[in-house]
Amino acid sequence: MAEELRKMEAAAGVADVATHPAPDQPLLRIEGVAKTFGTFRAVDGVSLDIRAGEFFALLGPSGCGKTTLLRMLAGFEAPDEGRILLGGKDIAHALPHERPINMMFQSYALFPHLSVRDNIAFGPKRAGMGRADIDTRVAEMMALVKLEGLEKRKPDQLSGGQRQRVALARALARRPQLLLLDEPLAALDKKLRESTQGELMELQRRLGTTFIIVTHDQEEAMTMASRIGVMNAGKLAQVASPRELYEAPRSRWIAEFVGDVNLFDGEFKLRDGHRLVIATRDAGTLVVAEPREPTDGTRLSVAIRPEKVKLSRLGPVSEAGHETAINRLDGMVADICYLGGSTVYKVKLDTGGIVQASVANSARLDADAYSLNQHVVAWFTPDDCVVLPP
Amino acid sequence: MSARRIFARPARFAAIAPYVWMVLLFLVPFAFVLKISLSQTAIAQPPYEPVFDLTAGRASLEAAFAALSIDNFKLLVSDDLYVYAYVRSLTVAVTATALLLLIGYPIAYGMARLPTRWQAVAMVLVIVPFWTSFLIRIYAWINILQHDGLLNRILLALHLVSQPVVWLSTDSAMYIGIVYSYLPFMILPLYATLAKMEPALEEAASDLGAPPRQVFWLVTFPLSLPGVGAGVLLCFIPIVGEFVIPDLLAGSNSLMIGQTLWLEFFTNKDWPVASAAAIVLLVVLLVPLLLYERLQRRQLEQGR
Amino acid sequence: MRKRSRLSHFNIASLALGLGFLYLPILILVIYSFNASRLVTVWGGWSLRWYHEFFGDRAMIEAAWMSLKVAASSASIATLLGTLAAVALSRGERFGGRTLFSGMLYAPLVMPEVITGLSLLLLFVALNAERGFWTVTIAHTTLTMCFVAVVVQSRLGSLDRSLEEAAMDLGCDPVRAFVAVTLPLIAPAIIAGWMLAFTLSLDDLVIASFTTGPGSATLPIRIYSEVRLGVKPEINAICTLVIGLIAIVIVIASLASKLSSAQGESAAPL
Repeated sequence: MAEELRKMEAAAGVADVATHPAPDQPLLRIEGVAKTFGTFRAVDGVSLDIRAGEFFALLGPSGCGKTTLLRMLAGFEAPDEGRILLGGKDIAHALPHERPINMMFQSYALFPHLSVRDNIAFGPKRAGMGRADIDTRVAEMMALVKLEGLEKRKPDQLSGGQRQRVALARALARRPQLLLLDEPLAALDKKLRESTQGELMELQRRLGTTFIIVTHDQEEAMTMASRIGVMNAGKLAQVASPRELYEAPRSRWIAEFVGDVNLFDGEFKLRDGHRLVIATRDAGTLVVAEPREPTDGTRLSVAIRPEKVKLSRLGPVSEAGHETAINRLDGMVADICYLGGSTVYKVKLDTGGIVQASVANSARLDADAYSLNQHVVAWFTPDDCVVLPP
Repeated sequence: MSARRIFARPARFAAIAPYVWMVLLFLVPFAFVLKISLSQTAIAQPPYEPVFDLTAGRASLEAAFAALSIDNFKLLVSDDLYVYAYVRSLTVAVTATALLLLIGYPIAYGMARLPTRWQAVAMVLVIVPFWTSFLIRIYAWINILQHDGLLNRILLALHLVSQPVVWLSTDSAMYIGIVYSYLPFMILPLYATLAKMEPALEEAASDLGAPPRQVFWLVTFPLSLPGVGAGVLLCFIPIVGEFVIPDLLAGSNSLMIGQTLWLEFFTNKDWPVASAAAIVLLVVLLVPLLLYERLQRRQLEQGR
Repeated sequence: MRKRSRLSHFNIASLALGLGFLYLPILILVIYSFNASRLVTVWGGWSLRWYHEFFGDRAMIEAAWMSLKVAASSASIATLLGTLAAVALSRGERFGGRTLFSGMLYAPLVMPEVITGLSLLLLFVALNAERGFWTVTIAHTTLTMCFVAVVVQSRLGSLDRSLEEAAMDLGCDPVRAFVAVTLPLIAPAIIAGWMLAFTLSLDDLVIASFTTGPGSATLPIRIYSEVRLGVKPEINAICTLVIGLIAIVIVIASLASKLSSAQGESAAPL
């Protein structure tokens, strides 16, 4: 197996075109991988396929196991259970230097005693590339991350943004089949982070390299990744596109972790075509669009995103014949939070609950803005609601 | 005015007492060593001709300067005994420091790789022998190395030798003694740099395709050089002037400079020559001393 | 987060061999101090004979008493001066002669003892000072205060400066801020410094040989002259007692530092 790995490594490091598996086969297949530290199960049976050329994000709160999973892909941890297949071959127990996978470290881990050039040349040199090839590769990488002219600098003579680029160039210099990025933007300030996100996406599209990024920042994951795997307590809670993750979260936990949400616990009452009628504990009776009938019992939760809750003084005009088509909740403005682009109102409902509504500030001078203790109607359509298990 | 500067003023007052103490008891004595190294030997108590008598005015001062002689230094340069002692001191110090580095590095490296909880334990274990008396540690080795000592008994029992080996009064015994006594001084600075090193650096090297051996030589070792420097200086400088270990463990046919100095001073009562020997030793060690001083200052003041 | 086991067999072997090398000779010495036989290498059964012999040896007892007095007094003076020096160096910012000051403090750490001893002796002779307890104490103070300074300075350097600033913000003047906040926090280092100074003084042969006078030999001077004459089991007993004393000092000091600081400052950074 070591022999095959060496070949793979050589192919990834030296050949100009990285070898990709057959199109029907995922580049990376993680099968039932688990890792336990003492009694703590950091990664608990994760299975996941990643296709070649994907930009995949592992998203989760700190301690959820996403970094451990990434470190197992890089080879810094060996899984206790399961397999990790890269191009069909199990690499779960291969050592880090035997894998055609490179990693960009959260701390960048640039070698402080080596120049920028030597940092970038470190990987190609280990792959046995000739001097001339290495020079070409370094020049190419410097151009790729727009750092030409800084070859001779030492890492401590660079700015944070420049260091981040060197780390990226170094990790890409061996043309890995898979690039792992561990919180790559965490050390940058907000403005730089946003522009770097764009550059990373552009780079990934151009190179076609498969990227797996670990982040705790949902906005970052949603901006960059084509697919997101949300991790919680060592398990993959949901793998979906950013839109699906936000609009159709699979559980209460995901709905609350990704973005803001209003959640109302209640009981399923009856079905009306594609709609369910749910009696909630503190927001009255709600009608939601849901083709499936709840399978396990009658208890469930209704989730509605704040920007989908509209406010008005009088409430919407009911459509004729569709008395239940729109959910309307009466209440009083209890709190106003002005955020610039939008304003979040907390409305205390007459039925006891609180609903948050996020209203876009579409006009500079808003004479219609609601004031504290004003009576308002919060309303939303059944299609904007998601039914979740309690 | 910043809070730090408000703090600095009373802090500077704290310097007065130790400053005066060190000037009087560390700096000024060197002037005496220099002065006596330039005076003539006399059979008296104290055994040298006083050269200065500041109470006698300028004329006597001039006379005193005229009486200064560099005879003692000439003696040191011309007499093979002294030249040989300096050469031997440096050879012993270089060899012993190399041995210490060779033995100490793997230990420090092992310590730095222990789980954090065990690192503290290992550090205490390395420090504790240092707290037990230095003379005791040498004495312990005399116990082991003597003619019918433990080492020979073990070697005989294992049939590795047919007759007891003479260990005491040899260079091997001296090197064992030096390595044993100075090992903590080599290990601790090495350990300090290795433990501070970010583990991600070694991981990055192996991630970029370096097998373990290359990871060590390309990343770990170069980054531990400050620790190597500190350890080497911390051992090399005092070993050059070492007296007790060669005196008790090495043979008496070739002496180190610390021993000759001791001999001149206590046995021959030739204070001026002993002083001159000390001055030469100090000059030999000046560069490493300055290097050490710089390193120490940088290390202790980097947090500021 | 824990890593893939970074400890190789080579690491474990070098640790085990290294620690064995450090401890075996001391262990053997302690065991043989309880040997009934006069021959150091022949095991004649357990006995306290050599301890009796030591306690009957008036000259040794006097030397031990002298050493303890010198160690206790020089360590105390050195701790005071060394702490002051450390405060000046780590909190005094820039001041005139700072480089000379730090140079004078760091040089004795590595300076061959023969040089330090000889130069101090020449000073005492020039001052016509009567050599004995006080000259040895002063000489030891000069050496050990440097060690105290380094130990305390490294603790001060790692201390969060905003603690002092917070104390001043809450109405302390700098001196009171130091006494109320800094001093308790560096107390473990000061204790460690005192211990280090104490054991260094108890240990020193060379400087004491130069600076002491007739009739006031310290324990190492006595041991040294006995050892030169050959191995004597009584020395094993004395050495074991010294090791025991130092062990007690270490245990007390580490307990004290545990009590006074929850940060787990290890016994000594040196």
